Amino acid sequence: MVFAALSFAARPGDAVQVRGSNGSGKSSLLRLLCGLLEPARGEVRWRRRAVSARDAGFAGEVAYLGHACGMTGELTVLENLRFALHLTGRACTEAACREALGQLGLAGRENEHVRRLSQGQRRRLALARVLLSGRPLWLLDEPCDALDDGATRAFEARLAAHAADGGVAVVTTHRDIAGQGREPRRIDMDALDDAGELQPARRA
Amino acid sequence: MPANSSLLVGRELRLAARRPMDALSGLVFFVLVGSLFPLAVGPDAPLLVAIGPGVVWVAALLAVAISLHRLFEPDLDDGVLEQWLLSPHSLTGLVALRIAAHWLVCGLPLVAVGPVLALQYGLSPPAVAVLLAALLLGTPTLSLLGALGAALTLGLRGHVLVALIVLPLCVPVLVFGSSAVSAGQQGLPVGPQLSLLGACLSLAAFLCPWATGAALRLAVE
Repeated sequence: MVFAALSFAARPGDAVQVRGSNGSGKSSLLRLLCGLLEPARGEVRWRRRAVSARDAGFAGEVAYLGHACGMTGELTVLENLRFALHLTGRACTEAACREALGQLGLAGRENEHVRRLSQGQRRRLALARVLLSGRPLWLLDEPCDALDDGATRAFEARLAAHAADGGVAVVTTHRDIAGQGREPRRIDMDALDDAGELQPARRA
Repeated sequence: MPANSSLLVGRELRLAARRPMDALSGLVFFVLVGSLFPLAVGPDAPLLVAIGPGVVWVAALLAVAISLHRLFEPDLDDGVLEQWLLSPHSLTGLVALRIAAHWLVCGLPLVAVGPVLALQYGLSPPAVAVLLAALLLGTPTLSLLGALGAALTLGLRGHVLVALIVLPLCVPVLVFGSSAVSAGQQGLPVGPQLSLLGACLSLAAFLCPWATGAALRLAVE
């Protein structure tokens, strides 16, 4: 058992930050939310339906970024991005891909092999996939890992814009997300054991 | 939602071109093993004709088996597999395309080189033609069964384990494949063996992509 007694709901426009020490179950929580893991007890719902990665309707609404970036070292930046977007079922023109890469500071590196990129640049590429996916639910595991300050601020701005558009984001991170406009909700995985329920509600 | 197959297969072919050792090691293994037997056995023509079909088939089976551990492992390490599972496309369809690409890269070269190897064993031209047909029907089945084994052992880091799971499953292909070639060499009808190879392929094509997808879900969980 990694964690128990966690219950929370997110409404459109919510950004939820998950904090906690190493091994407290932040990543497991995210994998539960996207349906890659099944909960031993309890349930996860999205639009009143139980979540499962097998459900194409749910899979069409979630963008998940795990520890690994989901990019192949031997393919170029642009090839990786176009393939990843194709997997999400979203046709994206090459121009749109280049524009998103430019916004994330990867302009001029489109034809470079991902193997040659730094850790931070790979993270930027993985974020480009999430930004272009157009999904209402973002589940991001340490998205700012290895990002520099400028890129982190740019990402926070995009996160705020996503929430303002009525999207939902659940983000695990060590450093607090700067709230722009609406303050992000925070869940502390270390405070679960004694407090019991955090906020009794269901996921919208 | 149907996936764009040319894009998916194109990715695999591009990857194969950039990691040439993954694809070439199986082919080189096939050629080497097939060539070592005539050297070791010596110039005993009747014996070579008798063992030729079996040796070529065993070599093909082992060549496919040594390529299997790279089938899903890089994608698991890079996190690409998680994105597969979360794709709105059907996982069975994605897996089927991945297996098709594996056969194009690892199986088709074996089919092309097989007849050349057969010449070293002095097989007659009709027998070589039967070998070509049998390899064409049999190697896709090996890729399908191999993908299932690779998915079941994914994350276990035991490369021998894949072979231990896959090789017993491949025995029918091995038996029908080599007996078809032997029959062709003796001028007997080969229809039954080829039909059985086709039946094995149909059954594997129907079941393996689905079962492989289910095994991949377990491996990622």
